[in-house]
Amino acid sequence: MASTATVAAPHAHAAAPHTETGVWSWITTVDHKRIGILYFFSSIFYFLVGGIEALFIRTQLIVPENNFISADTYNQMFTQHALTMIFLALMPLTAAFFNYIVPLQIGARDVAFPRLNALSYWVYFFGGLMLLFAAVTKMAPNVGWFAYAPITERQYNPGPNVDFYVLGLQIVGLSSILAGINFIVTILNMRAPGMRLMRMPIFTWMVLITQVLIVTAMAVFTIAITQLMFDRMFGTTFFDPARGGDPLVWQHLFWMFGHPEVYILIIPIFGIISEVIPTFSRKPLFGYNVMVFASVLIGWLGWGVWSHHMFAVGLGPIADAFFALSTMLIAIPTGIKIFNWIGTMWGGSIRFTTSMLYAVAFIAMFTLGGISGVMHSVAPSDLQQTDTYFVVAHIHYVFFGGTVLGLFSGIYYWFPKIFGRLLDEKLGKIHFVGTLAGMNLAFFPMHFLGMYGQPRRTFTYPGDLGWNWMNFLSTMGAYLMALSTLVLVWNVIRSLRKGAIAGDNPWGAATLEWSIPSPPPVYNFRDIPMVHSRMPLWEADANKEPGIPHGKVAEDVNSITVGGTQVGEIEYPDSESKMSAHDLGIHLPPPSYWPVILAFGILMTFGSLIFRNLDGALHNLWFLSVAGVLLVAVSIFKWAFEPGH
Amino acid sequence: MSIVNAADHAANPAHLDTSTGLDNRKMAFWTFIGSECLLFGSLIATYLAYKGRSLTGPLPHAGRTLGGQESQGILDIPLTSLSTFVLLMSSLGMVLALAAVQRADRKGAILWLFTTAGLGLVFLGFQAYEFNHFYHAGLTLQTNLFGSTFFLLTGFHGAHVFVGVIYLSTLGMLAVKNQLGPERSMSVEIAGLYWHFVDVIWIVIFALVYLIK
Repeated sequence: MASTATVAAPHAHAAAPHTETGVWSWITTVDHKRIGILYFFSSIFYFLVGGIEALFIRTQLIVPENNFISADTYNQMFTQHALTMIFLALMPLTAAFFNYIVPLQIGARDVAFPRLNALSYWVYFFGGLMLLFAAVTKMAPNVGWFAYAPITERQYNPGPNVDFYVLGLQIVGLSSILAGINFIVTILNMRAPGMRLMRMPIFTWMVLITQVLIVTAMAVFTIAITQLMFDRMFGTTFFDPARGGDPLVWQHLFWMFGHPEVYILIIPIFGIISEVIPTFSRKPLFGYNVMVFASVLIGWLGWGVWSHHMFAVGLGPIADAFFALSTMLIAIPTGIKIFNWIGTMWGGSIRFTTSMLYAVAFIAMFTLGGISGVMHSVAPSDLQQTDTYFVVAHIHYVFFGGTVLGLFSGIYYWFPKIFGRLLDEKLGKIHFVGTLAGMNLAFFPMHFLGMYGQPRRTFTYPGDLGWNWMNFLSTMGAYLMALSTLVLVWNVIRSLRKGAIAGDNPWGAATLEWSIPSPPPVYNFRDIPMVHSRMPLWEADANKEPGIPHGKVAEDVNSITVGGTQVGEIEYPDSESKMSAHDLGIHLPPPSYWPVILAFGILMTFGSLIFRNLDGALHNLWFLSVAGVLLVAVSIFKWAFEPGH
Repeated sequence: MSIVNAADHAANPAHLDTSTGLDNRKMAFWTFIGSECLLFGSLIATYLAYKGRSLTGPLPHAGRTLGGQESQGILDIPLTSLSTFVLLMSSLGMVLALAAVQRADRKGAILWLFTTAGLGLVFLGFQAYEFNHFYHAGLTLQTNLFGSTFFLLTGFHGAHVFVGVIYLSTLGMLAVKNQLGPERSMSVEIAGLYWHFVDVIWIVIFALVYLIK
């Protein structure tokens, strides 16, 4: 029997919603949603920076024998383009979605460690500033993003360039590991009652796999760049062949991180696509279980294939054969996923919103990138393709055709939830057509350029090799992509002020984040929802059962259920009033400024090491490093004993 | 608070309100330890990859060098066995400290927390002596690959012990101030996870670096 208790509706505040504004509130925030927004705008900024760097590269290559930028600037540009895009734009943009969406999808009020979350952001922010500083002062890393030894050793590269690589990535990597630990705990421990692992939204599943890869792979990279730092600063001989060191050890350690990194960038996208396609096909995801296990398998295999980046160094036939086979195996779970997405669309009532268009384009483009990937796994043909533009084409079909298109799909999908307003669909479609045409124009000819032998990372080429018109086309494509990206930026700026009001669930999607108002109140869920199925909102629709309390805000009366039994009724004020957490008796962690101070201490500790290597007044500011260590120590103590947490 | 939360509270007064029943901080620490395994794993892998290469300067173990000359090993296994014993005994102290905190035995908690930290300091003293001895015997970071890999691996471990000593001393100070009752035993348990991990890693390092020639 259902016992009914009526709870008086708490008073809605007459005053403004209990939400702080101002710069200080953003600096000290520990709210996962605000941190997600900070990640969002920072990474969009770095995406534009990385794009400008790409335009420098493509403009230099538009005609043969070009003198637009010098060889050294070119080296810095292609290295910095990769570092910016991977570490400062794409990973943080996925992190923006992890931060904003995951706690909402699992029905949590925040992440497990809100201050640690803020720390991750600020560490990333300062690490990004350091790499940006290197780029604008022409001291950027100039050795390629894989920084092969021994050209990174002090005697071959005496300037501060590689120091920026070593220390900047150390800082950014620290941020990733901290965030990874936080999200693993959040996902495993903070799920709403009833949400078993196999009821988790697929995006949350993919985030979990990604974070496991981050905390393991980043650890290996941390050691690799620590050893490189010791080589450069303290005269050790890890990677210096002149004194017995072995550059191959660097390659192994780097690719043991570098290959999982590819999956760190693509697995969250699998999650985004797997949310978007069912929503706009109005069908549950085909083969949810298989999707999850295929992704776990991809994550696992991603660890076992690193040496396929090293076929050309001569590891011997047994190693080459092993890594060729393990690499080919990855095509199986990836293929399963692609067919599952197509199976989801099959027979569905498809709506081609911009988000859906990007999702479908992702499937096509990522498949192209995957196919050229399988071509690389064949060791003999890899020997022909390696270090040519064919590899550049492959990586851009995977990273741009895969990761970036998927992220665009996610932006159009979740923007209304995050900001409460829809992005403009007409501008979105212009953005889509320009981006898709631009990327194919830019990257498709690179397959042929590679086959005709154009080497990558070479700043110019002679004019009589038949490469000219394809390079010209490729550069035009890059400009087209840049223009379409500006359309996106304009769309975001315009829609933040004038976009159509989104409402709770503009797409009719099925997961929990769409059950609460857009943008969500600071406490996310008034009552932690009970979950009975994988797609709670559709389930509630189908059974005409009361779903999640906040999903029904338009109605005056709502029910509270425990284990499917109605135990109470509660009157809700309308969603606009957004009652403060305090009035609802919800305790949220108070803001804290120790995360940003601790992050600054870490920047001082590592960053001032670079000045060892600079001339003039800035030479050897070792005392700044000591001050940084002290600042870190003080912050940790203040952090640990801060009241209210 | 809602009725749902009240019902939850009645069903689960112990506040084990996580999905797995495991405390958030504890799970975070296990994850952190997983990451640390990869860190130490990479250092150990580098050490093993470079074992026996770059045969200049002092070598770890007695054996023939390139010139046919018999070289003396620089590692002092009996001495390091002693310091290893000290570190392993500190893990016992850690267990006793946790037990004391859990049964609200303040004096025992203070005694065993500081004993554990003190044994860690003794271990660090052994390491400082060893590093100093090696330095005077001509083995530095720059001398050869053995020096590079050895100092980075054991130094990294020593830094972890140092952090642990500060960590345990802080808990000890809390116990002195009577702020470490049984309700905060989770803090000690987590510190214990860290300390035992550092000990276990040392067993691996000791076996691979010192005992295997």
